[in-house]
Amino acid sequence: MKDEIRGLAHSDTIHDSAIKHVTGRAEYTDDLNEPAGLIHAYLGLSQSAHGMITGADFSETLASPGVIGVLTVKDIPGVNDISPNGKHDEPVFADGEVHFYGQPVFAVLAETRDQARRAAHKAKLVYEELPFALDPIAARDQGMGYVTEPLTLKRGDAGAAMSAAPRRIKGRFGIGGQDHFYLEGQIAMAVPGEDDDVTINVSTQHPSEVQHMVAHVLNVPSHSVVVNVRRMGGGFGGKETQMNLFACVAAVAAKKWNRAVKIRPDRDDDMTATGKRHDFVVDYEVGFDDEGRILAVEGDWYARCGFSSDLSGPVTDRALFHADNAYYYPDVRISSHPMRTNTVSNTAFRGFGGPQGVIVAERIIEEIAYALGRDPYEIRQKNLYENGQLTPYHQEVTDQILPRIFAELETDCDYQARRQAVLDWNAKGGVIRKGIALTPVKFGISFTATWFNQAGSLIHIYSDGSIALNHGGTEMGQGLNTKVAQIVAEAFQCDISRIKITRTTTEKVPNTSATAASSGTDLNGMAALDAAEQIKARLVEFVAERWQSPREDVRFVPGHIMAGDTAIPFDEVIKSAYMARIHLSAAGFYKTPKIHWDRATGQGRPFYYFAYGAAVSEVSVDTLTGEYVIDRADVIHDVGRSLNPAIDKGQVEGAFVQGTGWLTCEELWWDDKGRLRTHAPSTYKIPLASDRPRIFNVKLADWSENAERTIKRSKAVGEPPFMLGISVFEAINMAVASLADYREPARLDAPATPERVLLAVERLRR
Amino acid sequence: MKPELSFLLNDQEVKLTEVGASDTLLDYLRVARRLTGTKEGCAEGDCGACTVLLGRLTESGLIYEPINACIRFLASCHACHIVTVEHLHGPDGGLHPIQKAMVQHHGSQCGFCTPGIVMSLYGLWMSNPQAGATEIEVALQGNLCRCTGYEPIVKAALAAGAEGGQAQDALTVERETVAARLHEMRRGRVELTKGGERAIIPADVDDLAAVLEENPKAIIVAGATDVGLWVTKFLRDISPAVFIGHLMKGVTVTDGEIRLGAGVTYSEAAPLLRRHIPAVYDYLLRIGGWQVRNMGTIGANIANGSPIGDTPPLLIALGARIVLRKGATRRDVALEDFFIEYGKQDRAPGEFVEEVIIPIQPEAKIAAYKISKRRDSDITSVAAGFQVMIENGMITDARIAFGGMAGIPKRAAQAEAALIGQPFAAPAFEAAATAVAQDFEPLSDWRASADYRRAVAGNLFRRFWLEQSETDLPVRLKYAVGE
Repeated sequence: MKDEIRGLAHSDTIHDSAIKHVTGRAEYTDDLNEPAGLIHAYLGLSQSAHGMITGADFSETLASPGVIGVLTVKDIPGVNDISPNGKHDEPVFADGEVHFYGQPVFAVLAETRDQARRAAHKAKLVYEELPFALDPIAARDQGMGYVTEPLTLKRGDAGAAMSAAPRRIKGRFGIGGQDHFYLEGQIAMAVPGEDDDVTINVSTQHPSEVQHMVAHVLNVPSHSVVVNVRRMGGGFGGKETQMNLFACVAAVAAKKWNRAVKIRPDRDDDMTATGKRHDFVVDYEVGFDDEGRILAVEGDWYARCGFSSDLSGPVTDRALFHADNAYYYPDVRISSHPMRTNTVSNTAFRGFGGPQGVIVAERIIEEIAYALGRDPYEIRQKNLYENGQLTPYHQEVTDQILPRIFAELETDCDYQARRQAVLDWNAKGGVIRKGIALTPVKFGISFTATWFNQAGSLIHIYSDGSIALNHGGTEMGQGLNTKVAQIVAEAFQCDISRIKITRTTTEKVPNTSATAASSGTDLNGMAALDAAEQIKARLVEFVAERWQSPREDVRFVPGHIMAGDTAIPFDEVIKSAYMARIHLSAAGFYKTPKIHWDRATGQGRPFYYFAYGAAVSEVSVDTLTGEYVIDRADVIHDVGRSLNPAIDKGQVEGAFVQGTGWLTCEELWWDDKGRLRTHAPSTYKIPLASDRPRIFNVKLADWSENAERTIKRSKAVGEPPFMLGISVFEAINMAVASLADYREPARLDAPATPERVLLAVERLRR
Repeated sequence: MKPELSFLLNDQEVKLTEVGASDTLLDYLRVARRLTGTKEGCAEGDCGACTVLLGRLTESGLIYEPINACIRFLASCHACHIVTVEHLHGPDGGLHPIQKAMVQHHGSQCGFCTPGIVMSLYGLWMSNPQAGATEIEVALQGNLCRCTGYEPIVKAALAAGAEGGQAQDALTVERETVAARLHEMRRGRVELTKGGERAIIPADVDDLAAVLEENPKAIIVAGATDVGLWVTKFLRDISPAVFIGHLMKGVTVTDGEIRLGAGVTYSEAAPLLRRHIPAVYDYLLRIGGWQVRNMGTIGANIANGSPIGDTPPLLIALGARIVLRKGATRRDVALEDFFIEYGKQDRAPGEFVEEVIIPIQPEAKIAAYKISKRRDSDITSVAAGFQVMIENGMITDARIAFGGMAGIPKRAAQAEAALIGQPFAAPAFEAAATAVAQDFEPLSDWRASADYRRAVAGNLFRRFWLEQSETDLPVRLKYAVGE
């Protein structure tokens, strides 16, 4: 006997909140019912890029309607620090000195948000201005130093190989940052409790970090702090550490006034006061032969880290880990320079530095191709890793599948004929030029901080047969909860509707890692499976005994458990198991095997496996204005054996468009006072529906299986396809290079705004 | 005079006496009514997470349009029907076809933008059941999604369109009843106060003239697509505010001219102008997003005096004039003379823009260009309107106006001089492309550098010529969605 059940692993199950999303009934932090007496906090931000605060007058603020008080560094009972890495370099509130324009200095508490916000604007701060540096090269020239230890990866003797190389090219590449532009901005609501207790509802990818930070700032043990998050309205890395500020301000105020406190910045303040993707300036040099084979690569990655270290260490490390993208560098020396700048402290963002490594590898390929008069795709194929070769961090590549992806993609989208058509089109010399590019991605999966690669879960089966599922991951739209529920449904062979996916809370699973590094499903799916398997083992034992069947004949089938030929409905088994005093709850755990990394030597196996993909993009560029349109994009992406092809495809499409946004219309622009002037959607432009490719074909490599024993042999999907957007950037470069008959690459800096494109067109025309 | 604001919210009639000039519709929905399906993403009308439908009476009956609740003032919703996502449902009480399609096509990921997207698509589904991918993209110009890349959303919209069901939809079925109720509400002047703020909703245009005579310093609020930000971003006091979005909706077309009431929205003007001056339609569809075009008015776009101006560069090129009124006195001004310098227009206290007069010249060669970092719903770096008259192969007149190149929208006198009297051929436009550099000293800012603005301004003359001349090669990008 088998029931029809839905929501098993590998099916196109809809997102668990889809119906709530479309009806407006999905609750985000700002939608939660507010406790009686709740008050609102609003931040006061620095108006100096670097200065000493020599005076602060809050008299008008305090006299404003509804104001309850002002919170400053003096009100912090514990440590004035929200640095996520123990470096103690990032205060909650500036203490005497401000390090960037927009740094939080104080908060105002008032009965309404509007009152708090208006009152915050009435504070008068006086600064003694100090010199400042905004970009990484200026910071280097001014001796600002590093915010964290730099890294060098090397293998062989790059210097000697470079000198011996028949051909060498040097270049500099400016790569812009990116704002996350999660649609739901930062928000936290803290509710004080008895003793030292405080409960915080916060939009975060990292509840355990919030718990830890709040405890540290309040000077209370972590057990006093509960952090909850049901869902986020987007995260993308922007809520891995950046929510700490808001959670801590809310918690400190809640304890000080013993009232519930909500803090939600306006979008402008959110974008001004929270970190972004790191921008980089990269000096690269490549040595190669006449056939286009790379012989040596050297490079220096200068990053705008902002005023504190935050996650800049691992971000700049990951840039180096991906500086090879998919290509073998026989001799290599690459170094990071995490520069301190007087800007907001940059942070995690989908790809976590990886994209800023990958795009340089693609620039190097382009340099070689133009120097030799070849199709860059040829050079790419020629330099792809072969299994057994070592990366610059001495990890052996063993799961290379790009040759097959290339071959399929090239045929599927008719690459060769279309490239010829593009060349023919451009040869006519019109004002509309075209470009086409095929670029790959190889992305390493695992946190490079090895201890983060652990996860926990908690499953309860109630006596009515309903299942409550909890794990340490957070839902930000990526479908993590749906996938984990599918894994549990598959384990128990029950319909997914039987499983309630509950909010993430530090009360249920302790010491969790951030939902980041694309690892959410790999880690939490495994942990949930572990919990399910524990309960299943007890049920098997119980059924074998109760229904008198050998253990090996007890099987889970849809809706039932079989004891030999007897089918017992799942509900009945659970009811009986409860009556027989079987433990129907389990905590699961998982840690990723095999990985290790020694930063001091720059050697190890930081990644459990690699995820692969490739894209072909074709663009048209208007050489009179620099505007462009993505005519077509074709993608084949590797997610191993997909747990949910519909959700995975959504991740690939979304990442692709977000990646093109990073490289085209999204521009961070600071003025000469150090103010970020693109700080809201009116000035900071993320892609719209009309910016997506005019033809967009996305396929999963459905034949792929993870060579490692990951959850159901799937692969992580969140970050890797972000880098497929680079194909659009490369295609724009080709269209521009046609102006000089491809004698040299266009060498556009990113983002390729219409302005940058037009100025490059004019340069190449001359 | 009534001290009471009346409107319909979903299926409820609401009457409010305590309403401030700066109270936004979004705060009212989320905070006062706890209708939390409508989200705040940016509070400046750019992300669309706060999209609701606004039903209002027009000459052709009750229409529903998506608008941004974040920058819409509550006081401007008098005698309107506000429809939020909570009210949306299918004929059976379950999911609406739009919602069903969004679920089936995996159109939501984080879900925060989703209610707003659903409402925009609902508005489109009602007003254009056969909408194709291009129309869907236009409808979504004012909705940002950071997760999906939009592909599944567009597919969902196409599927819901194919599904149909408009005749059974609640807003269709109840249209006459709702229209009658709104009609009842729209009577006489309304004046509201709250905490020292005053909001005045005049009964008609004569009443507006009277209100402004009494309150010459009042802030005039039409679509609030700019004034909304004065409040949500700059925390400015706008009291006393006069809400005029419902006034001056008249349109008359005669042989030689189009007369648009100052309160005609971009959305209302676009199809009308398309009929008479087809070359300007694409340009109009690039002003704001759909929600902004449903609120913003042509008259207020002019009166606002932006240095970029959206419509003014085009209207100046077309030779538009405006009618200014104070009390019963009217005067007629050439639009180009209305803009004096940055932040200063030829408008006296108590005076308001009542009408815009656009000459129709079928024989003129006309073009409108907008350059921006992102194609849709972006503030312009350079805007240009071209109107060139040709007789016997010679250029007899040229009116070329630019926005974003100076403190005001302004004609390019040197460039025009380089064209007039020359043969209608490439050399004249090359000369104008060079000459335009003498006309302007643009600024550098986050939208564009001065160099880029200058380069593009010149190139637009080349573009205009290429478009007018017979060439085999395409001269403009193609944006149509492929198969």
